[in-house]
Amino acid sequence: MMSETTQSPAGSVTKRDRPSVSAAGARLSSEREHMSMAAEETKIEVEKLNLYYGNDQALHNVSLTIPEKRVTAFIGPSGCGKSTLLRCFNRMNDLVDICRIDGRILMDGKNIYDRDVDVADLRRSVGMVFQKPNPFPKSIYENVAYGLRLQGVTSRRVLDEVVEKSLRAAALWDEVKDRLQDNAFGMSGGQQQRLVIARAIAIEPEVILLDEPASALDPISTLKIEELINELKREYTIIIVTHNMQQAARVSDYTAFMYMGNLVEYGDTDTLFTNPGKKQTEDYITGRYG
Amino acid sequence: MKQWFKSGTPWIWLNGGAVAMCMIMVIGLIGLIAVRGFSHFWPSDVALINLTTAAGERVTLIGEPVRSQVVPAAVARDSGEVVPENEELVTRHLIKLGNRDQTGRDFAWYMQLGMEEWQYPQDIYVVERREWGNFYGQPVALLRDGDVISRPEDSSFWTELQDSVGRSLALFAQIRRLERGEIGRINTGIERLRLDERNLELNPPPADIEARERARIESARVQFDSDYAVLREELDVIYQSTRRDTLRMRTSDGSEIDITLATIVRVTAPNAMSVFAKAGQYVERLWEFMSDEPREANTEGGIFPAIFGTVTMVFVMSIIVTPFGILAAIYLREYARQGTMTRIIRISVYNLAGVPSIVYGVFGLGFFVYFLGGNIDQLFYEASLPAPTFGTPGLFWASLTLALLTLPIVIVSTEEGLARIPSTIRQGSLALGATKSETLWKVVVPLATPAMMTGLILAIARAAGEVAPLMLVGVVKLAPTLPVDGTFPFIHLERKIMHLGFHIYDVGFQSPNVEAARPLVYATALILVMLIVVLNLTAISIRNHLRERYRSAGD
Repeated sequence: MMSETTQSPAGSVTKRDRPSVSAAGARLSSEREHMSMAAEETKIEVEKLNLYYGNDQALHNVSLTIPEKRVTAFIGPSGCGKSTLLRCFNRMNDLVDICRIDGRILMDGKNIYDRDVDVADLRRSVGMVFQKPNPFPKSIYENVAYGLRLQGVTSRRVLDEVVEKSLRAAALWDEVKDRLQDNAFGMSGGQQQRLVIARAIAIEPEVILLDEPASALDPISTLKIEELINELKREYTIIIVTHNMQQAARVSDYTAFMYMGNLVEYGDTDTLFTNPGKKQTEDYITGRYG
Repeated sequence: MKQWFKSGTPWIWLNGGAVAMCMIMVIGLIGLIAVRGFSHFWPSDVALINLTTAAGERVTLIGEPVRSQVVPAAVARDSGEVVPENEELVTRHLIKLGNRDQTGRDFAWYMQLGMEEWQYPQDIYVVERREWGNFYGQPVALLRDGDVISRPEDSSFWTELQDSVGRSLALFAQIRRLERGEIGRINTGIERLRLDERNLELNPPPADIEARERARIESARVQFDSDYAVLREELDVIYQSTRRDTLRMRTSDGSEIDITLATIVRVTAPNAMSVFAKAGQYVERLWEFMSDEPREANTEGGIFPAIFGTVTMVFVMSIIVTPFGILAAIYLREYARQGTMTRIIRISVYNLAGVPSIVYGVFGLGFFVYFLGGNIDQLFYEASLPAPTFGTPGLFWASLTLALLTLPIVIVSTEEGLARIPSTIRQGSLALGATKSETLWKVVVPLATPAMMTGLILAIARAAGEVAPLMLVGVVKLAPTLPVDGTFPFIHLERKIMHLGFHIYDVGFQSPNVEAARPLVYATALILVMLIVVLNLTAISIRNHLRERYRSAGD
């Protein structure tokens, strides 16, 4: 019954043998081939989600499932609700007073909008990286250690270990290991963004939300971030919002196309880009609007 | 022409002109008080003037020429001078004659008519005294125990005189130390015993404790009395010793005066001094002005208590206003639901900044001093009533009133600082699982500290220069003690203080000796301006340091 209302990408795994859209896609698809052997488990399930800002409805009856340890991309024109949907997963929309939600978002089967859910706990397990790098006005070390310090970790040994591990995971360690005590604002934009990712993974979340993480960066930094996303999906479930369709094609396993607050199409990235099921999707990815 | 207007050049000239006007005004202001204030301490030459009055009387004057004026003859005649018919304009000179104890007047105008050429004899001495102001005259002899030990003809006269002056100054310092320190301590102790005794009467404890207490008080008092007797004896010896030497001087009219060295601060012979010696003297007098206590109804001596009082008051004010202002601003900006109520509060706070400061003074006197202070006295200082402790104007109430006065400034700039923190940084912290208060205290507030410091800088600048409310709530023209000293509890918040701004007012308007006070007004104003600049620079350097540390991506 659920499968009728929920668009699941799991069923489209068999269409993996389609030609890739790009060289990058080809490189990734071999990896995907390897990973598709593992059973794909659902991490997040969105059920009939409606979201209102005051009287304006920003999301209309959105339902989808997000598989574990995969990269899922949300694409769509500006104002289509993809960032709003992303912010539902760690309840950042709670900060907006006039925001109202109905429907359910189940993470590992538990509705995150239940009354007994501690928002701070939820946000610890769902990390988020924003469009503009937003390091804290602290040293590089303290930025990464921030989340742990919030949890009351004071042991220098533990902190050192986690900071190194996170910075290595964010492919930043070699660049900053000699200046960990420098102010984070002294880094380049791309480094700052990777620092923010390191900061997010330092507290070992299960899901990482990326809200247009590379839109403020130059092409080389963008490439580094994309490589990093590829690495991170071994450990984490990643959801990325992007304006850049090539980026979505390069990094994601599944793609959801949204338009005017509706989820138009959701499926395997290769399929969606090469053989979109809906006219709207095709118009968008071929550049006819948006 | 139209083209010229279109090009925007007139605007540039207009704006540049406005800046130039501002610069001229600021430089003019600082320049005037700097020139007038600093020149006061330069040891000027002392002239010996022979003149024949209109009545044909020959008079000799010794004094510092202060300034000259050209006035119409009619004005001079109106003021009682005799001016020949053929003169239209006459010159007159203001001479500082000193010797107030002899002639009763410090400054006098003399007409140029009938004056012979001014002479500057090397042997004219300026004797600065603790009482009666300067003495100008020529030395006759130095006496010790009534016997002449040296005469100006002797080569050793000058050194011997200076040695004797140095000795008497050392003795004076010793006397002061004993009186202020030791005897002050004994007085405080005795006063405390009196309060303890009064407390026993007000709240009698059980009989045995009371008896024990009384015995303790009695024995302590006996101890104090014997200490005092010893000190008194010591003091008497020193006082006797200061009266050893006497300087005999001859005034301009030829009479001889004996000045005991006990009252002398300094003896100089400005006419005989080289420029370097004068420069040394200048620095010494400037230092004395900044480090000494006032004498002679604030027209002589220094202004140290006023500087100290101003700084202490500003510090106490900062300590009060900073936490209050910052906490209020944080609540208003971060926690309060933004609506009509917060808007009303905000408008009220902004308008508080526009309330005339004297109104704060009235409020401070009525509420802080009489109501709060009176109640504190009732509750905690019952023993010393009816003499008020906090129920009278004092340092704490002055600081509190100023804190209230500057609160809006701190609130407004803190709020602006908080509003400027990018929301992405807050969200970054929240997304890591931080609660709102963790985000606030670990990320937002540190980032807003430079703005808070800016508020504090403005508050300090405003508070240090404020005079009107202070007259009502704790500043006096002459405070017997500093608000900070060596007796417990070291900072005496209930004491009255002196303040530079009020000192200017007092010296400028309330002084019995207008001519002597005038340069001090400029000098004090200059010190006040410099003090505010120093306080501001300190705060600004702290702010810049913070800004460097919390440099945000947007800066």
